[in-house]
Amino acid sequence: MEKFDAIVVGAGPAGCAAAYTMAKAGLTVLVLERGKYTGAKNMWGGAFFGPVMGEIFPEFRKEAPVERFINRHIISFMTKEDCLSIDFKSYHGDEGSSPGFIMLRAKFDRWMSTKVEQAGAILATGLEVTDFIFDGSRVAGVKVGTEEFPGNVVILTDGANSLLAKKAGLRDDYKAPDLKQGVKEIIKLPREVIEDRFGVSGSEGVVMEFVGACTKGLPGGGFIYTNQESLSVGVVVQLSALLENNVKASDLIEDFKEHPSVRPLIRNGETVEYSAHLIPVSGVAMMPRLYSGGILVAGDAAAMVLGTGLILEGANLAMAAGIAAGNTVIGAKALNDFSALALSQYESLLKESFVMKDLQTFRRAPHFLENPRIYNDYPEWTCAMMRGIFNSTGKARRNILEVVKESMKGKIGLMQLVGDTLKARKAI
Amino acid sequence: MKIEDKLSLNKFDIDREVHIRVDEEKCKECRLKPCLYACPAECYVERGGRVVFSYEGCLECGSCRFSCKKGAIDWVNPRGGFGISYQFG
Repeated sequence: MEKFDAIVVGAGPAGCAAAYTMAKAGLTVLVLERGKYTGAKNMWGGAFFGPVMGEIFPEFRKEAPVERFINRHIISFMTKEDCLSIDFKSYHGDEGSSPGFIMLRAKFDRWMSTKVEQAGAILATGLEVTDFIFDGSRVAGVKVGTEEFPGNVVILTDGANSLLAKKAGLRDDYKAPDLKQGVKEIIKLPREVIEDRFGVSGSEGVVMEFVGACTKGLPGGGFIYTNQESLSVGVVVQLSALLENNVKASDLIEDFKEHPSVRPLIRNGETVEYSAHLIPVSGVAMMPRLYSGGILVAGDAAAMVLGTGLILEGANLAMAAGIAAGNTVIGAKALNDFSALALSQYESLLKESFVMKDLQTFRRAPHFLENPRIYNDYPEWTCAMMRGIFNSTGKARRNILEVVKESMKGKIGLMQLVGDTLKARKAI
Repeated sequence: MKIEDKLSLNKFDIDREVHIRVDEEKCKECRLKPCLYACPAECYVERGGRVVFSYEGCLECGSCRFSCKKGAIDWVNPRGGFGISYQFG
């Protein structure tokens, strides 16, 4: 069997970015993907942020199956019967800015993998890597069942459930409090209906996030993303909270779709797919060792996810890490040294990039987001306040300060509010 | 919408080889049964006080393996090419 310069396990954003970077530099690269086709196993909420995609694939805006470019964000607190939103629309189109875009992974990842093949990498789908070839303690390739594929370096980009990261000794299994479970439906609607309901035209798109009743007050949220001719509608909840409270995400998504503020948005839509996925959410606190002799790990397999409640990013971090991993291997190949010491360059590159800087900046966010008041008391309070302001009862009105005080009663203490605000300032 | 109707929309290539095994002996000792709430495809259901598991609708998210405190769930991915194939993702 031919020995490859690099073997990439998993053709998601991290794997494709790593493979493309190395293949373009002339390295021999084998990409192994367990899905029937690239993207078959991949699922997410829906949006990609930042310039990384354009940096690696400058032609993606014209070529890739992008659903919509985001120009509207709606963030909502919801109770069972209210919904209070911040609705931000932006028509800036700043020179040099890279608007986030919405895409569907099964289609988009397939496109990315054709770019990887065009760059000269070999892509093999339908192959599940089951183990490594070891040379002493150093990884020297992978095994698919009894078949062996030797390689100088293995880049592990096999997602949140990576059993291989554990086998390589890079980390223990993730734990339920560090994971969120996402469930999603693709709901088909005609393009004109989506444009009318969401106030967009052409390639414009909307991201909606909901906090509160959509998760029964458990840490997490609901979301809606506009695709070209469908909506991605779903719920994300801390896995341990589901288990401890005997709540099923499959029930939450049904309730979410029935919420009076959501139901009209999806009316007459036809569900065409139901998907689920785990998200590693504890950032640097759960990050594994990123390299060892003959192996590097990137993307969800290395917990490269940034969630602050307002910012939700992962695929861009995964791709930036994939590029860093690729460049590390290119450097290692030039020196013909694939030891842990040589591959430690990967960590240095990540520390210099936004990947580790952002994860460091927001290292307190995961803990902050476990505060149950965010999902219960604050939505209840703010919605009660708005009801108080708009409700005309025929009785003498009170001024706004009185209404605010009244709405806080029994829900939230002033000291709690000050404390949480201070914590928010540090965390997000 | 019922879960079985949702799952019937998905494309599965079901392997004859079972990729998740539940140890019934260990499972019997568990009272809380968190697996029932872990699986977004409701592959784990309770019948007559026992957990009955079917792997056919598995979405391969991995949640169940983090739920079981008894170590009764033996979880691996389906063989390459088998299992769920998302059309949209």
